[in-house]
Amino acid sequence: MYELSHEAQEIEGAPRKRISAQASLVRRLHMDGPLLSLLGGVIAFGLFILYSATGENLAQWLSQVSRLGLALLAMVFLAQVPPGWLRRASPILYGTGLLLLLLVAIHGSASNGAQRWLDLKLFRFQPSEIMKLAVPMMCAWYLHGRPLPPSLRDTGVVLGIILLPAALIAKQPDLGTALLVGSAGILVLFLAGLSNIIITLGLVAVGAIVPVGWHFMHDYQRQRVMMFLDPAQDPLGAGYHSIQSQIAIGSGGLFGKGWMHGSQAQLEFLPERSTDFIFAVIGEELGLLGQLLLISLYFAVIARSLYLAAGAQTTYARLVCGSFALTFFVYAFVNTGMVSGILPVVGVPLPLVSYGGTAMVTLLASFGILMSLYGHRRLVGS
Amino acid sequence: MFGHARIKDHHGEHRVFGGRIVFAGVAAAVFLLLVTARLFYLQVVRFSYFADLSQGNRVRLEPLPPDRGLIYDRQGSVVAENTPAYQLELVPEQVPDVPGTLARLAELHLIDHDMVPGLTRLIRTGRRFQAVPLRLSLSENDIAVFSVRQHEFPGVEIRTRLARWYPFAAQAVHALGYVATISEEDLKHIDRDQYSGSALIGKIGLESAYEQQLHGYSGYRQVLVNAQGRRVDKLGGTPVHLETRKPTAGNDLFLGIDMRLQHIAEEGLAGKRGAVVAIDPTTGDVLTLASVPTYDPNKFTRGISTSEYAELRDDIDRPLFNRALRGTYPPGSTVKPMMALAGLQYGVIDPAAVRNCTGGFSLPGSAHIYHDWKAGGHGPVDMKHAIATSCDVYFYGLAEVLGIDRVHEAMSGLGFGRLSGIDVGGEKAGIMPSAEWKMTTYKQQWYPGETVIVGIGQGYLTATPVQLAHAAAIVAARGRNFRPRLVTALRDATTQDKRPLDPVEEPSVQLRDPSLWESVIEGMEMVARPGGTAAPSFAGAPYRVAAKTGTAQVFSLGQGQKYNAAAISERLRDHALFIAFAPADAPKIAIAVLVENGGHGGSAAAPIARRIFDAYLLGKYEQVPKPSAPPPGATLEDLDEVH
Repeated sequence: MYELSHEAQEIEGAPRKRISAQASLVRRLHMDGPLLSLLGGVIAFGLFILYSATGENLAQWLSQVSRLGLALLAMVFLAQVPPGWLRRASPILYGTGLLLLLLVAIHGSASNGAQRWLDLKLFRFQPSEIMKLAVPMMCAWYLHGRPLPPSLRDTGVVLGIILLPAALIAKQPDLGTALLVGSAGILVLFLAGLSNIIITLGLVAVGAIVPVGWHFMHDYQRQRVMMFLDPAQDPLGAGYHSIQSQIAIGSGGLFGKGWMHGSQAQLEFLPERSTDFIFAVIGEELGLLGQLLLISLYFAVIARSLYLAAGAQTTYARLVCGSFALTFFVYAFVNTGMVSGILPVVGVPLPLVSYGGTAMVTLLASFGILMSLYGHRRLVGS
Repeated sequence: MFGHARIKDHHGEHRVFGGRIVFAGVAAAVFLLLVTARLFYLQVVRFSYFADLSQGNRVRLEPLPPDRGLIYDRQGSVVAENTPAYQLELVPEQVPDVPGTLARLAELHLIDHDMVPGLTRLIRTGRRFQAVPLRLSLSENDIAVFSVRQHEFPGVEIRTRLARWYPFAAQAVHALGYVATISEEDLKHIDRDQYSGSALIGKIGLESAYEQQLHGYSGYRQVLVNAQGRRVDKLGGTPVHLETRKPTAGNDLFLGIDMRLQHIAEEGLAGKRGAVVAIDPTTGDVLTLASVPTYDPNKFTRGISTSEYAELRDDIDRPLFNRALRGTYPPGSTVKPMMALAGLQYGVIDPAAVRNCTGGFSLPGSAHIYHDWKAGGHGPVDMKHAIATSCDVYFYGLAEVLGIDRVHEAMSGLGFGRLSGIDVGGEKAGIMPSAEWKMTTYKQQWYPGETVIVGIGQGYLTATPVQLAHAAAIVAARGRNFRPRLVTALRDATTQDKRPLDPVEEPSVQLRDPSLWESVIEGMEMVARPGGTAAPSFAGAPYRVAAKTGTAQVFSLGQGQKYNAAAISERLRDHALFIAFAPADAPKIAIAVLVENGGHGGSAAAPIARRIFDAYLLGKYEQVPKPSAPPPGATLEDLDEVH
């Protein structure tokens, strides 16, 4: 093919050029070295701050490390799966996910007032997580053989593919995940070249839907939105998260109070300090510089992923890779935005840093798929 | 084939995709820069503002409960004190399984099964980080049982707290009352801030009436806390200056009650049901306030179990019932001196005038005969003799002449039908009937026959032992009326200044000629002299006693029936009543004794009064009550509070 990146040539020539054994192992495993190191950087940073954010709770920290190991295994494993299999598996994954979502809607055990989990006796399982991967894959699968930019009809079908699970997830209610799943699908459409006119119309339509959506929101969701508009109105109630996280970040200053010395975080004024609000711990303890370091790492991961997406060979691969790269951005932006008070509080974790295994596995799995789709390129036409 | 069918245009597709990727990348950069700008605003522009906020956030005020004031009796013996006790506490947020934990504690008999629902409710409504007391006082055995299993109960611990201890246990409980854990109901009436550190509150008796004095004022201590309000010891090593304001302990109360007299009264009533109230007529100080049976208030301060409480509540002798303050009884013949005073006040009788008692009295135009207690009557009696022999016929006639409204007026001046104003809650007013009272209460007019029996303390007329003692005190003081009071002095906890309270004097009862008092008192003295109804009890008393016996019907006899104590059940027997004061010429003590179903006042009630008089006036204390020590265990050094 016409556009072969330098790396591809390098892979081809790797054994001959005697690239270091490590690098060759990485490549033989269909991994991308730069992306892998950037992810490693984010993860290392995350584990560093997590130790402080859990209040020096070694047990929690170790359980996060073990989950991380599992997530990395999933990534490496998925990177080995041939892209064609991944593509063909997309509808199966999507169908299974949808079925499980319906099951949750009927049988799910309520945790935290929301039905999200499916109790499989052995472990509890959140089907909406699957959808973060399955929705963009399904959208890309559908668009793969079709002419792009997508026709109006195809756009409609893809919107259906997106909205059905997104609605089920929003109903659980899990606004954060619904948002991520929806955006992952929409991003596929965007990358597929959806016309600017439709995008504009869509944005206008969303604007019109807002009042309607307000009507269907759960009380606590409305509360979060209201509180975002004026956090001071209920400092110990709904606005508490927002106010406390801004105090934590603001009091950190340029250099922070020092690792494990953040009074807001260590004295637990900061709610969910090790999960959704861990970015505030970074702000408080490591200051603006610490946060800038992480944001830079995130941007590098996104840029590298987009670069890989641009180099992928098939429509399916490009769309999925691009969507995954941008979903990672959505994670990072929504979380840092909500913690710093420019976005309403929605349940989106700080990617690869927040405590919790589910998002970690899903994210690294998406990078595994991304690497598979990029790394198994057939070098035809070179 | 469709002519307009589009085919895949790989080149175009790739170009569009590339454009979108670049766009997305730029957008991502822009958005992340937006976040960065926000962070810059928070951390650099508004740094000092947020730094200040974070300081205020982590120092919190923790309430320091004040020490409850102590209560002393007349002799300075402590009758209510604070002693350290081991308390079982549960911190809700640290307990993973509250129902399971309570169930297992109940299995170990550390808490009562019946208390589990109440505790569950208390835990659910309270703050997650605030300890809930499960048991107020643990025995050494309980501590041993719990200690070996402590690891099974995260969030449950034994703390040493100050608990109330009543060294004289059941004695004077109807005056003292008790403290117990603050209930949801209590929370509606109190300043929550003042009680945020306190576990106990006065529930009844003086402990409740003087709650404000006894409780004191909460202090506070600044503590380093986390957001759950839990105290933490370190903040990464940063030293913080913390301020403490000590609580102000509650004031101590000094009572008029002498526990030695109280002991005699309660011993005298032991095995019976009744009440004794003794008052100093010159001040209104209550020297004894006994209601028997009693109960041990220490059970309540330690957290009474539902079954223990049910036992007290359902006891047929009603130990929880405060007979002295709340028991309203027909005063019977004890009102006769007061009736005589009423007659003198209105000038309807001449003390020297003799009336012939034939053993029966009839209203004009009525065939109904009101019998005297003595068949055949007392013959000719003047006022003194009528009091001394308790001649019913004399007082039937006097009541009829006065009419109910004048009787009501005069008797009200002596405290009948009105609250005495004693400084403890729950007092009953009894009934001093009048025509108006009957109309409002029963919507019926007053019949003259009803006046006749009020003349001997029966009918609608009822009074409490406190009212009877108060009336006796007014007579003793020749009309001066001091409001009965239990507390005679307060001691400021900080300055240790003991401040005596001035007696409260109410409007006196006036007679046209003060010497008329002496004629009534003379009659009462004859009661205690040979030939009087209380003579056997006061034989050989080296002081002058003025007294009056009484017998109040519980069971009404039909016309023509005779009362036969042996034939009717014990609980339907007459109540025995007795009022007295001494020395008659310069009274120092006035008393009312009631023995429920005791029969005759002269034989059942008077001996108790004699023993109290001998003790109070002659210093003859046969037995002195011994205070008991609190259950062993905690010491002051173990206390988990700052003092």
